Amino acid sequence: MTHSTTNVPGPDELREMSTEEAMLAGAEADGVHIVHRRQRFPIPGTRAERRAELGVSFMFGLAGLAGIAFIVVFVAWPYEYHLAGEGSQRFRFYTPLLGGLLGVMLLALGLGAVLWAKWLMPEEEVIQDRHDEPSREEDKLMIAATLSVGLADTGLQRRRMLFGTLLVAGGALATVPLVALVGSLIKKPGNKLAHTLWGQPADKYPNGVPVIYGDGRRVSPNDIQPGGLATVFPGVPGGVTSANTPTLLIRLRPGQTVRPRGGQAGFGWGDYVAFSKICTHAGCPASLYEQQTTRLLCPCHQSQFEVLQDAKPVFGPATRPLPKLPLGVEVVDGAQYFVATHDFFEPIGPAYWERP
Amino acid sequence: MTATREPETARKSSSRRGAPRTLVGKTGEFLDERLKVAGPSRGYLNKVFPDHWSFMMGEIALYSFIVLLLTGTFLTFFFDTSMGEVRYNGTYQPLQGVEMSRAYASTLNISFDVRGGLVIRQIHHWAALMFIAAMLIHMCRIFFTGAYRKPREFNWIIGILLIVLGVIEGFAGYSLPDDLLSGTGLRIADAIMLSIPVIGSWVSFLVFDGEFPGTAIVGRLYIAHVLLIPAILLALIGVHLALVVRQKHTQFPGPGRTESTVSGERVYPIYAAKAGGFFFIVFGVLAGLGGFAQINPIWLFGPYNPAQVTAGAQPDWYMAMLDGSTRLFPSWEIHGLFGRYTVPAIFWPTVVLPTILIGLALVYPFIEARMTKDRAKHHLLQRPRDVPVRTSLGAMALTFCIVLFISGGNDLVAAAFDISLNAMTWGGRVALVLLPPLAYVATYRICLGLQRHDREVLEHGIETGIIRRLPTGEFIEVHQPLGPVDDHGHGELTYSGASVPKRMNQLGTGTLRHARGFFRPVVEKPEIAEQLAELEQAEAAESADERRHQLTD
Repeated sequence: MTHSTTNVPGPDELREMSTEEAMLAGAEADGVHIVHRRQRFPIPGTRAERRAELGVSFMFGLAGLAGIAFIVVFVAWPYEYHLAGEGSQRFRFYTPLLGGLLGVMLLALGLGAVLWAKWLMPEEEVIQDRHDEPSREEDKLMIAATLSVGLADTGLQRRRMLFGTLLVAGGALATVPLVALVGSLIKKPGNKLAHTLWGQPADKYPNGVPVIYGDGRRVSPNDIQPGGLATVFPGVPGGVTSANTPTLLIRLRPGQTVRPRGGQAGFGWGDYVAFSKICTHAGCPASLYEQQTTRLLCPCHQSQFEVLQDAKPVFGPATRPLPKLPLGVEVVDGAQYFVATHDFFEPIGPAYWERP
Repeated sequence: MTATREPETARKSSSRRGAPRTLVGKTGEFLDERLKVAGPSRGYLNKVFPDHWSFMMGEIALYSFIVLLLTGTFLTFFFDTSMGEVRYNGTYQPLQGVEMSRAYASTLNISFDVRGGLVIRQIHHWAALMFIAAMLIHMCRIFFTGAYRKPREFNWIIGILLIVLGVIEGFAGYSLPDDLLSGTGLRIADAIMLSIPVIGSWVSFLVFDGEFPGTAIVGRLYIAHVLLIPAILLALIGVHLALVVRQKHTQFPGPGRTESTVSGERVYPIYAAKAGGFFFIVFGVLAGLGGFAQINPIWLFGPYNPAQVTAGAQPDWYMAMLDGSTRLFPSWEIHGLFGRYTVPAIFWPTVVLPTILIGLALVYPFIEARMTKDRAKHHLLQRPRDVPVRTSLGAMALTFCIVLFISGGNDLVAAAFDISLNAMTWGGRVALVLLPPLAYVATYRICLGLQRHDREVLEHGIETGIIRRLPTGEFIEVHQPLGPVDDHGHGELTYSGASVPKRMNQLGTGTLRHARGFFRPVVEKPEIAEQLAELEQAEAAESADERRHQLTD
C-alpha cells in the first residue's frame, strides 16, 4: 500500500484538532476521501434512535439467553439413545435443541452486529484511490539492474560447469522426495486383478470351492425358490469380506433357458446360474434383479444385464457381461452342496488398461 | 487515540510530550515501540470495501470454511481412522453385535455417545455442502461480471484450484465414516483410477495399498482430509484474500465510481461490524441446519460391505455432476488397443471431461483477452447483459452442468414422476447435446433485449403509468425523463454500464420518508421536535441547493 505523505498535518496541528478532524486527516493521508458522512440520528434522544438501540440490544440479549439455554440443554438434557417404546424418547430432541439454540445465539449475534452498523453507525460514502498505476520507470530500471548484477555476481552465465552441476543437484532435490514417497507407496498389481478367491488349488479343494452364504452356511440346490436369488461367497478364509468374490446365484424359473456365451455352455447347474455381482462398469454390486424381465440392474449408473443372455449388458454404460462362475455340486453326508469348479475365467469388475 | 482527546492534561502530567495516559493508549504505545504499527494499521482500518449483495458469496464460502475448521477439529478428537474390525456394542441398539470397522464404530460413537457430537457432525457436513455451493456461485458472480479480467487472472486461477480442492476435500471427508454409501463411492473412485490408461492399476494399488478396499484407505484419506488438503486450502485462501486486499475490490459502475477509485465503507467500524456479523449469520444458519436437517445418517446405511448397495442412494450434491456424466456416457470401450490394451468407457466422463472443463475455465480469461484484444486493466464490473457473448457462454456451461446434475439423480426423477429410467438416460444424452446451444441463443437474445430496453428508458424516460388524452383525442403515456432532454424531448444521458432505474419507485417517489410510526404518529418531546424540524428544513434547503448546482453545471 502506498501512502501519500503530502499534506499530512504535523503533531501539533493534530493535537489542536478534534478527534473527528484528526481522523479525517488520517484518512486523507491514506488516499481515503470521506465524501459523505452523516450521523444516523443527528439529534440525540429521539424515539427512533431509542427504538433502534432497543432493537440491536434485543438481538444481543437474545444471543446471550440462547447461549445460556444451550449450556443448560447440553448439560441437563438426556441424550442416550433408546429404541422407540423403550425408555425416554426425549433424546430425540437433543440435537435439534442444540442446533436450534446455537443457531439462535449466532444468528441473533450476527443480526445484531449488522443492524448496529446499519441503524446506529454513521452512514458514510468513502472513496479510496486505487493507486493502480504501474511502477515508476525508475523503480523498474533499478530492479532490473539489481537483478542482473546479482545474477552476474553469481557467475552462473559464465561458469558453465557450475550451472550444469547446479541443475543436476536441483533435479535430484526435486525427484528424490518424489521417488522416496511414491516408491514407498507403490504396490505391484501383478496379476491380482485377474483372479479372485474363487480360484483355489485343486489339491486343497478337489471337488471345487464350497459356495456359502454371508453367514457361512453352505448353499444347497434346494435352498432357493425358482425365480429367486442369493448372494454367495467362496467358503475360504477371507472369502466373505473380499471385494471381488460376491456372486449372484440365480435360480431360473421353469421354462427359462440361458443362451450361453461362447465357452460358457456348461457353467450353470440345473436351472442355476451364477454371475459375479460386481458391475463391470464401476464396480458397484449389480444387485437389483427384475424377475419379470430377467434383468440385473446396477443402482449406481443403471447398467442393465440380461440374465438369459448370460448377463450381457443391454442398457447403460457397462460394456462387458458379468463374468460367469462355473458351478458344480458335491455330496456331503447325503446332501447336495454347490461348489465352484473354477475361478471366473475373466477378470471381474471394472476394466483396466492391461485387462485382456 | 484517547490520548489526543485531552492534550492539555497529557502534556502537563507527563515528562514526555503526548505520552499516552489511558490503557488503550498505553497498549498502543507498547505495540508501536516494538512493531511500529501506527501508520500501517491506520491504513488497514481506513481501507474501503464496496457494497453489493453479490459480493457476499465469497464471504459465505470463507465463513463456511472457518466453520469447517472449527467443527472439524472437534470431530478429530473422537474419530478413529483404523479399519480394523470390531463388534459394535455402543448405545445404538439396532447395530449392536454387528462387525464393522473402527472408523465406522467411532462415527456411530460421535453420533450417539458424544454429547453434542451429532450436531457438530451435521454442522460440519452442511458447512461442507455450503462451502462448495458458495464457491461455485461466487465463481459465477466473478464470471458473469467479468471480474476475472486483468489484473485479476491470478485470483481466478486460485479460485478454481480452491473449488477443485474443495470437492476432493469433501469427497475425502465423507468417505471417512466407512459406511455403505461412502464405501460404494470409494469403489467407484477405484474404478475411475483403474480406467486411467497405462498407469491405472498402479494408481489404484498405490492409493489403496494393494487391492481395493485394503486396510489403509481411511487412514490415508484422513491425513489428506485433516492436514494436507486443508493446509493447501488455507494457504490458497490466504493468497486469494491477500490479492483482494492488494488489488482492491472490484465494483459496479455508478455515479462517482471510476477505474481509479473504489467507493464504499471503511473497514473500521462499519464494514467490520457488517462482515463480522455476517460470519455469525452464516454460522447460525449452518448450526440451525445441523440441528434440524438430518444429513448423512450413516447409522441407517450400515457398515461398508462390498456385496451390498442401497438403491436411490445419492452422493453429496457436488458429486452429482460426475455421477451424471458417468450415467449418460455410452458404453464405448476401446478394446485391443496396440493389440492387447483396454481403455474403459468410464475414463471419458470421469477423467477426460472434468479435465477439459477445468482446463477451459482456467484459461478462459486469457482466451477472452486474446479474442477481444483487450489488454487494459479493469476494476469496474460489467453487467452481464452488456457482454452477451460471455453471458451466453456462461449460460451454456451452466446448462451443460445442470443436465449432468439432474442426470446424477435420474433414477430419483424416474421414480418420482413414474418415467422410464431408460428414457431419462436417453433424454439426458439428447439434452446434453441440444440444450446448451439453445441456452446460448436464448441468453444472447435476452441480453440484447435488456440492452435495448436500457437505451429506450434513457432516451424516452420511465413509464409513469399516467395516461393523458391529447386535444386531438390521442392517448399518450407520460414518461419521466431521467435527466436533461434535447429539443425533441429525448434524454441526453448516455448508457454508462450502470443499472438504469426503470420504475418510478426507484426514483424515490414511492417512499414515504416522513411517515414515522406504523399505527400512530410518533410524538417527540417538544425540544427534540423543534430541533428535528430545524434539521429537516436545513437538509431540504441543502439538497435543493445541490440540485440547482447540478443543473447549472
